[in-house]
Amino acid sequence: MTTSLKLKDLSKKEMLLAPGHRMCQGCGAAIVVKMVLLAIDKPVVACSPTGCLEVTTCISDYTAWKIPWIHSAFENAAATMAGVETMYRALKKRGKISQDISFVVFAGDGGTYDIGLQSLSGAMERGHDMLYICYDNGAYMNTGTQRSGATPFGASTTTSPAGSSVPGKMQHRKDITRIMAAHNIPYVAQASPSHHLDLMRKIQKAMSISGPKFINILSPCHRGWRSKSDDAIALSRLAVNTCYWPLFEMDNGKTQLTHTPKEKLPLKDFLRPQGRFAHLFRPENEWIIEQSQTQIDADWNAMIGAGAGASGVIEE
Amino acid sequence: MKTKLINQSNCRPVITEPGNSALLKTGTWRTLEPVLNKEHCINCLLCWLYCPDMSVIVRDGKVEGFDMDYCKGCGICALECHGKKGEKAILMRKEEKE
Ligand code: SF4
Ligand code: SF4
Repeated sequence: MTTSLKLKDLSKKEMLLAPGHRMCQGCGAAIVVKMVLLAIDKPVVACSPTGCLEVTTCISDYTAWKIPWIHSAFENAAATMAGVETMYRALKKRGKISQDISFVVFAGDGGTYDIGLQSLSGAMERGHDMLYICYDNGAYMNTGTQRSGATPFGASTTTSPAGSSVPGKMQHRKDITRIMAAHNIPYVAQASPSHHLDLMRKIQKAMSISGPKFINILSPCHRGWRSKSDDAIALSRLAVNTCYWPLFEMDNGKTQLTHTPKEKLPLKDFLRPQGRFAHLFRPENEWIIEQSQTQIDADWNAMIGAGAGASGVIEE
Repeated sequence: MKTKLINQSNCRPVITEPGNSALLKTGTWRTLEPVLNKEHCINCLLCWLYCPDMSVIVRDGKVEGFDMDYCKGCGICALECHGKKGEKAILMRKEEKE
């Protein structure tokens, strides 16, 4: 039976991520992991490559995980999990294990878009039964905000600093969700912690499907985004409502929006509270906002045009 | 040459006590503290769900308060609380440290 997603019921479940972890106050990644673990009902084995989540949940002799969890190198979380899943299948076949176990990777955008991409692509292509979750905070935050393939156009990072030479990062984000969909795996989705019911339903749906699954989840980081410690949920909500981060799923290749904002807000509303975009509001850089807005509108209209209209209204 | 097991050295790659991070009290990081006013609480439990530090205490579906051993004072619970009739049930205030 799948776990009820009513908060009253969930609050009675054992929390599988313990407090005492060293994520910064107000970290979006902690909220994402918490929601994912709450939504899963089977015993789960997880793996994380190097990244914020890894260094902060497992310091020296202390772990925040209450599930078996493996730290792999930056480039091979998917390969590590593929190995564990293969061993599990072999032991099951030999009758040495009877339990149903699910396998989840929690990786940041650095470990997914960039450094871990080849092992991720391989594991998806080989069809391992696992859910790969990318908590996307849009830069290498653990080492102090270096730009990654997920960093948005125009964002200032320590390796794309906005100044007189460049106005922030001059490349657009890699569309990792579509890259994963191009592997023709059974389930790909994008989610945001602001829309928790949508997020947890996607996790449960992914868990009910065998084979490789990929979910990209927006994970605000106020240190790197240069915003406030209390705005992780507020910013992820703005990301959804400006269509910067549309909520959709691709179930066996069919794209479906799972949420349509009541009112599509201008991208500026998402950018303005974040210091990493402050320079974009100077007159000489406004073209960057305009270009980003045009891109977002085009992507959104393409999705609607392809018949991906929202399947149902999901709560705010 | 015999393979030397890594756990025999001082570096311990395997932690056998799940969730022992709870021994590390992160409450000392706080400068602001959340204050609950139960009269305005509708027990929607959003604060419980959104708290990154598992620090909102819920019993039988009702918010009881905060776990100050771990609460880092981020303020997400207060910002996201709708409360009753526009009156928030959680407000942040500067913590008086002894
Ligand atoms: S968010 Fe506010 S109203 Fe909802 S349970 Fe928490 S304190 Fe109560
Ligand atoms: S201030 Fe932050 S850490 Fe403390 S209870 Fe509220 S959400 Fe949790």
